[in-house]
Amino acid sequence: MDNLASIRDAFGRALVKLGEKNEKVVVLDADVSTSTRTAFFHEKFPDRFFNFGVAEGNMMDAAAGLALVGKIPFVSTFSSLASLRALEQIRTSIAYPKLNVKIVGGYGGLSDFKDGPTHHSICDLAIIRSIPNMTLIVPADAIETEKAIYMVAQYEGPVYLRLSRAEVPMLFDKNYKMEIGKGNLLKEGKDITLIATGIMVARVLEAAKLLENKEKIDARVIEIHTLKPIDVDIIIRAADDTGAIVTAEEHSIIGGLAGAVAEVIVENNPVPMERVGIKDTFAESGEYNDLLEKYGMGIEHIIVTAKKVMKRKR
Amino acid sequence: MSFHSEKLIAELTEMARNLRIQVVKMIYKAESGHPGGSLSAADIVTALYFHHLNIDPAQPHWPERDRFILSKGHAAPLLYAALAERGYFPKEELGTLRSIGSILQGHPDILKTPGVEMTTGILGHGLSVGVGMAIGAKLDHKNYRIYVLLGDGELDTGFNWEAALSAHKYHLDNLTAIVDLNGVQLDGPTNEIMPLEPVVDKWRSFNWHTIEIDGHNIKQILDTLDETKHLHGKPSIIIAHTIKGKGVSFMENKSIWHGRVPNKEEFEIALKELQKENDNG
Repeated sequence: MDNLASIRDAFGRALVKLGEKNEKVVVLDADVSTSTRTAFFHEKFPDRFFNFGVAEGNMMDAAAGLALVGKIPFVSTFSSLASLRALEQIRTSIAYPKLNVKIVGGYGGLSDFKDGPTHHSICDLAIIRSIPNMTLIVPADAIETEKAIYMVAQYEGPVYLRLSRAEVPMLFDKNYKMEIGKGNLLKEGKDITLIATGIMVARVLEAAKLLENKEKIDARVIEIHTLKPIDVDIIIRAADDTGAIVTAEEHSIIGGLAGAVAEVIVENNPVPMERVGIKDTFAESGEYNDLLEKYGMGIEHIIVTAKKVMKRKR
Repeated sequence: MSFHSEKLIAELTEMARNLRIQVVKMIYKAESGHPGGSLSAADIVTALYFHHLNIDPAQPHWPERDRFILSKGHAAPLLYAALAERGYFPKEELGTLRSIGSILQGHPDILKTPGVEMTTGILGHGLSVGVGMAIGAKLDHKNYRIYVLLGDGELDTGFNWEAALSAHKYHLDNLTAIVDLNGVQLDGPTNEIMPLEPVVDKWRSFNWHTIEIDGHNIKQILDTLDETKHLHGKPSIIIAHTIKGKGVSFMENKSIWHGRVPNKEEFEIALKELQKENDNG
């Protein structure tokens, strides 16, 4: 895959641009700003950047306080810490009172690959998705990350943005229009639908090409960037039109995209569905691509899973 | 030092007694709630809501207002009684505490109750939220102040100490915390459950202006609140020594009354005692 761009760099640059346009924007980080790239904002706007040290809980509540006095806080740390250590703050002080806080969980999935399972974030989507009032967004490339930052700044209410540390293929161009809660139909197809989020979108597009060329399977491809509120219509249409679904995410197969899609189809049109993702296990340290292959998120896994679900089609 | 007249002190003493009576009535009617920590904080909340805070109940969202966060959210009945007395909502609502459809949740809810500045209830959030508000006020060069009322049992959680570090870092002299140090938490005396002493030394070592007072002496509360307005460069904390269940003899200093509801007989004795307190002046 070529034409790679860094999601975290795109995030860091977009925050600076947003900060130039909107004085209400403030940024908080918990001693990982050079990693998450909020350091760019710090450099440009030192008065509007607050480093809370290794104290994610306090930082999250302080963000709530800043929102209460009219600021638009972007709170940044690793997704494993935001969604776990600061979870109670997110639920009680941000989601329940519906405060206008933008939580940015960086280093999602296995993208902090060599640091190992303590730093991997494979439960965050399931956790955050279950909290009322939350909007949950996972961009798939650098452009979408930039668009997402501007988009959530315009939205009034709590948002959790889950980003990757990785460099990923460019999928979208500058004219791309992003809308909260709207899935993207990236490729038409009639035999099966592949639904992906985050870095798995590029992989699913690759898999769809191979399925067409080698297996004569015409796969539809849908990107779901907003896991909550999810685009119910696009999923029901996929179930109705293609009769089989594969989900793909860099996350546990429990409770994330797979859970969200399954919830929609069981209540509307329960077609056969299979899940590509981490199979309810902790991973390990290693090279990123090696980990994605070993833990079930390689392109070949998508192809095998697609063929499996095709056999279950009625 | 500011001057507070005898008349003002007498009026506030009477209001605190009134709030205590309402607290006991609300909890008795709701058959649920936390009397001990509401009664201990009554004088502090009275001093804030009926004299010290720069607020306007007719404009609950006035941008220049002082903010008060009840971090020990289980003292909600006390806050609700004070807000109703100040006219944020009709007093009749007090009788709906904890019932379905009420604007008065078991713990404060910013979306449901006019005058509530922040949703609280799970301990260990208020001070951090106050830190965020105080940073925001400074960014905007505003003069309003932030007040946070903490419980002493609440100080068990490390989040308060994270907040303490950050309030010092950002020189939040527009933030005043008050600890309702009643010495009793849900399971028993704080010195048994999780010893906190020397609590004053702890806050001093975190670089806060730390002032110790009698949390039932309204004049001292008012004087100290005024004092913290004029301290620069650092956040302030008032360690207010109080009695859990203050004003109802059988509730005083008893952990069982952290979250117990009086029966009919106890309710009547409690009311009689609170009213008698007034008769004795």
